[in-house]
Amino acid sequence: MHRRRFGVGDLLDGIAAAAVAVALFLVFLVAPREAVMGDIQRVFYFHVAAAWVGYLALLVVFAAAVVYLLRGDRRWDRVALSSVEIGMVFLTEGIVTGMFWAKATWGKPWVWEPRLTTSAVLWVIYAAYLLLRRSIEDPGRRARLSAVYGVLGFVAVPINFMAIRWWRAVHPLVFDSSGAHLAPLMLAVLIFCVVTFTLLYASLLLHRLRLEWMSEQVRHLRRQQGA
Amino acid sequence: MAYLFGAYLVLWAITFGYVFSIGARQKRLQQELQRLREQAEAEDQPTP
Repeated sequence: MHRRRFGVGDLLDGIAAAAVAVALFLVFLVAPREAVMGDIQRVFYFHVAAAWVGYLALLVVFAAAVVYLLRGDRRWDRVALSSVEIGMVFLTEGIVTGMFWAKATWGKPWVWEPRLTTSAVLWVIYAAYLLLRRSIEDPGRRARLSAVYGVLGFVAVPINFMAIRWWRAVHPLVFDSSGAHLAPLMLAVLIFCVVTFTLLYASLLLHRLRLEWMSEQVRHLRRQQGA
Repeated sequence: MAYLFGAYLVLWAITFGYVFSIGARQKRLQQELQRLREQAEAEDQPTP
């Protein structure tokens, strides 16, 4: 029987899983209770981490799309697709955790203010990216159009990030030009959660890319046998 | 406290849901690859 070797991906999975356990411990047992909002503020750590990884995933999509358009190497199209899918998972998590936090502090889960509105637009843009891919049969055309879309769609990311700085918003602003408005221990826990979710993203990306590679192998064998 | 619990429940449900979906797709493709490889090997065998 074939036994798979323990590889870098397995090591990354293990580190990411351990980091998640430590992050949960830090969020619930080490981070101080916020004076005004109370325990609901503990949503903040993973809410910000999920949003950060969402941005990172879409930055990877942008970079992979640019490289694909320059070189035409289909592997970069697979990186972009994989990263969009994972980015959507984290964007959704950021939005949903934010809705719980909003309900507890503002009294309603959704307010059409700049950050939330641009987050919804960002989510729709990348959901449309996935739908676009499904609607195009020809692989070459699909990869080219998706890459162009991936480059243009990225414009929404800095707008989403800057929305609370450019326009009057209800959404809190934790980091600005004067620094972080957080207690040092809260900031340390936040940084740990961001690193944890970044590791989780890297681990998921490796698994998702393996899936694409296997899919390509299946298509190749089917073509061979059909010929 | 209910909102905090709800937020974390949904967060990890989405994460694990996605991890399981990748696992299920990998398993399905692995089986398909195995089937296609066996089929290719059977076709390569010289007929008596």
